[in-house]
Amino acid sequence: MSGYRLPHGGSHLDRSRPLAFRFDGEPMQGFAGDTLASALLASGRVLVGRSFKYHRPRGVMGAGPEEANALVELRNGARQEPNTRATMTELYGGLEAASQNRWPSLSFDMMAVNDLLSPLFSAGFYYKTFMGTGQATWHFCERFIRKAAGLGRGTHLADPDRYEKTNAFCDVLVVGAGPAGLMAARAAVAAGLRVILADENARPGGRLFDEGVQLDGLAPAEWIDGALREIAAGGGRILPRTSVYGYFDGNVLGAVERVADHKRKPAPFEPRQRHWTIHARHVVLATGAIERPLVFSGNDAPGVMLASAGLAHATRYGVAVGASVVVFANNDGGARTAIRLADLGMSIKAVVDPRREIDPALAAALGARGIRLETGAVVAATRGRKSLAGVDIRGFDPVSGVLGANVMQPGCDALLVSGGWTPSVHLASQAGSAPVFDEALQSFVPGTAREAWTTAGACAGTLDLAGCLAAGLDAGRTAARACGKTAENGEIPLPELSGTLAGTDLPFPLFDVPATGGAKRFVDFQHDVTADDVDLANREGFCSVEHLKRYTTLGMAADQGKTSNVNAIALMARARGLTAPQVGTTRFRMPWTAVTIGALAGRETGHHFAPVRRTPMHDWHVAKGAEMMAAGLWMRPRAYIAPGESLRDAYIREASAVRQRVGIVDVSTLGKIDVQGPDAGEFLNRLYTGGFAKLPVGKARYGVMLREDGIMFDDGTAWRLTPNRFLVTTTTANAGAVLAHMEHYLEVVWPDLRVHVTSVTDRFAGMAVAGPEARKVLQAALEEGDVSPEACPHMGIVRGRIAGEPVMIARLSFSGELAYEVYCDWPAGLAVWEALIEAGKPNGIMPYGMEALGTLRIEKGHITGAEMDGRTTLADVGLGGMASRKKPYVGSTMTQRPAFVDPERPVLVGLVSRDGRAIRAGSHLTLPGGGASLGHVTAVTWSPALGANIALAFLSGGRDRHGEPLEAAFPLKNERVAVTVTDPCFYDPDGSRMHV
Amino acid sequence: MRIHCPCCGPRGVAEFSYGGDGTVRRPDLSVTDTDAHVAYVFERENPRGPHVELWHHIGGCRHWLRVTRDTLTHEITSVEMAGRFAGEAARISGAGA
Ligand SMILES: [Zn+2]
Repeated sequence: MSGYRLPHGGSHLDRSRPLAFRFDGEPMQGFAGDTLASALLASGRVLVGRSFKYHRPRGVMGAGPEEANALVELRNGARQEPNTRATMTELYGGLEAASQNRWPSLSFDMMAVNDLLSPLFSAGFYYKTFMGTGQATWHFCERFIRKAAGLGRGTHLADPDRYEKTNAFCDVLVVGAGPAGLMAARAAVAAGLRVILADENARPGGRLFDEGVQLDGLAPAEWIDGALREIAAGGGRILPRTSVYGYFDGNVLGAVERVADHKRKPAPFEPRQRHWTIHARHVVLATGAIERPLVFSGNDAPGVMLASAGLAHATRYGVAVGASVVVFANNDGGARTAIRLADLGMSIKAVVDPRREIDPALAAALGARGIRLETGAVVAATRGRKSLAGVDIRGFDPVSGVLGANVMQPGCDALLVSGGWTPSVHLASQAGSAPVFDEALQSFVPGTAREAWTTAGACAGTLDLAGCLAAGLDAGRTAARACGKTAENGEIPLPELSGTLAGTDLPFPLFDVPATGGAKRFVDFQHDVTADDVDLANREGFCSVEHLKRYTTLGMAADQGKTSNVNAIALMARARGLTAPQVGTTRFRMPWTAVTIGALAGRETGHHFAPVRRTPMHDWHVAKGAEMMAAGLWMRPRAYIAPGESLRDAYIREASAVRQRVGIVDVSTLGKIDVQGPDAGEFLNRLYTGGFAKLPVGKARYGVMLREDGIMFDDGTAWRLTPNRFLVTTTTANAGAVLAHMEHYLEVVWPDLRVHVTSVTDRFAGMAVAGPEARKVLQAALEEGDVSPEACPHMGIVRGRIAGEPVMIARLSFSGELAYEVYCDWPAGLAVWEALIEAGKPNGIMPYGMEALGTLRIEKGHITGAEMDGRTTLADVGLGGMASRKKPYVGSTMTQRPAFVDPERPVLVGLVSRDGRAIRAGSHLTLPGGGASLGHVTAVTWSPALGANIALAFLSGGRDRHGEPLEAAFPLKNERVAVTVTDPCFYDPDGSRMHV
Repeated sequence: MRIHCPCCGPRGVAEFSYGGDGTVRRPDLSVTDTDAHVAYVFERENPRGPHVELWHHIGGCRHWLRVTRDTLTHEITSVEMAGRFAGEAARISGAGA
């Protein structure tokens, strides 16, 4: 017998609605309103999990977000979710949960051997054991360690649920709907402000439910419902089940609403969770406080619980957490909790308090209920391993801290512990406020606000109910003033309180009890960090709070040390002979509680992750068998694969057709920028390495832009359409970057230049017609216009009409063949494309894709992004002649630096495979037989024109090595291909084929 | 974090791209001294406190802005247009507004 359901009570419970659920396969029952933790406790379940490192048996220790022990795998299949806090999991019919971190079963866990080996697993275990032993030792041991020390298992199945993201704007965001938060929200609503009240529990109200008081003659639950109705009626938005997890710059806060986590599965079209980005003019932080455990031998035994959790389980869920209870506290809250629980019908054996005396009214009330009070005493140890069997109570000298004689060793199945309260300063800390130590609280409270926030209630260190209500009202008024309301707005009365018990929750400064009998004294329950680990870290010099955290992993578990930080700081302070504020605390980082990736991703998953851009000829490509590939956001044909063909067959057929007859390729994705203004020529002259100021109207020119550091940035062409207007093309990948580059120079560097730039990438569709018969095909398609060599010489621009649509044609070649780029209005792209295909039929025109385009350009030694990789210069790729010496341009001076003129720089070369095997992209070049890398391969293809496997590569001193035999090594596949170095232009080196 | 664009008003930071230190000045085109260019490209102060930096409103008006931002608190105290409209400043009311 341990926990059980009380015959009455439970503000959250609907006893008319029993719910069946399973834990580790065992059928159990709870009621609507239960959490998984309360239902397990009511069923007499004590052992619910195994600890992270030592696999110690653990039970429920909390009743809210602080839970460090009762972590379960919730649901199964694609919805299986590890490390779910049983205290925050609302019970639903058919819930399935499993204990985790145990093998083969919870009660018989083989891995508990770790506990016996614990000297091996002390602080700094990984560093000491594996540093210096070499990588091999680590790799061998890693899989065993990872199996032994881990928490729950996730799933590899795709998440079947929907997640949403939304923004909200408000005057006042109140975080936490306990007594302070409710009053603050009421006041802000009364002042006529737009209010959002977020609370992470299913039912707002916080610890007010647990107070045995009346407010204006109402029980807490009734008063809370009234307050919520008033807030909603005043236009306030109440978000239950919503954890505000992050405080970002500019008073922007992140929150996750668990819309359907309390259901077996979401209703149709209902999101599982919703992420809120809340923009608030003012924030009221009413985040409350979390009770601190005390550190003593065996303080992690299942059945040891925070006093506030024992009380909450009784008041909210009608659960007695034990049949025989001892309370151990360093403040009057322990006695008050004992009195409340006794009045709810529970059997309380003793209250143990290290102080010489407690509040006399409370002492009398304990006596009246027959509860034994042991002052000047502590719980020094626990008995029982898988469930608490009893405690050892010893005398204690509060001045010297020395343990005295045995007082008694009562049997009990629950021990409720209170070491005082730790304000939840996380959000304020995230917002850049360094927490300040409060001597009376023996804890940290939020420091000076740097964003627009106000704290109220226990979060600010106010622990009594009347004080919290008043502080909430005050914070609501402060928020109203911050939003421009006057003092008379937001005037609401404070509720009249009756039935409050005497005493104070301010603690006597006791954090730990000296060790007895060698049992571990836990500080961080979730990461299994003990008081000895803190001492060890200090002895080994990891005594700053930042080092302590990382060396012991204290506070680095999923609970971020909610119950452990202050105790750890106090222990370290004592070890170092300092005060807690001198030791200080680490800055809290978001998130306050774990946030699922699904909530952050929202709907942006799968093909909604990024937009897809299609050219006007997209459907034509697909209909003609094109295998499409992503090029950034664009979809482009890779090759048009005929039935029975492989990808390789297809691109060889396509590339051969371009060399022998004529081909057509969709180049609509190229970046296009309209550059206009009286200084347009001067502007391009400064950006490109070549001269553009004197480019005649009606001519295009190839150009390369450098970065300011002299490295190549992008290449393309500029067409001079009028004296003041150029059409600039960029690579597909750099369209956005080149536009931003131009805008930077026009606005920041040379604002005097009279130039305007506009992206016209998807204003014009483009297609390139290439091959010996390109002119014939184009002329046949043209209804108006002349592309004869006289009218349209190499790099010439002419206008015409195809399929009734105006077109602009430039004679440019990327393939090395006679070629024309044809641009038309975007919506006309398909009509012009089809007209060219039709006109080219007698010539056997062949559409070609990215693979053939790549083959053709490699055969010519033309560069793309694979060669402009952010490390290469014009000279490296053999375009040194394009660097004008007549004018300065962006990057020109920087190319004079020594490393740029180093003769050993890798430069562009060609490679031909000598043994017929394909060369692998990314291979490194070595001398035959191996040795140091001399360079690397950037692009490879089978060249139909040469009948050989060829590649482009960067090779140190490569211009002097043409003809040399080398090896292209790819160690990952253990491949070495014999190659000969050649000129990077494999085909038609004098360019005669395009000058016809 | 929000930036008050003088052209578009207060907008979420996701609409902007960071453009680096706004205090450096590119040497004139006629300067061929490598050291001057090296200083412009590579040498940066790393102040703790107010810092003028460039932001590009790529998801909005596409103007470049000079933003004074405190590197310690992330507070933005002024936003001005760069270039032709230099001096046009955003009106920034209280924190979080
Ligand atoms: Zn803007």
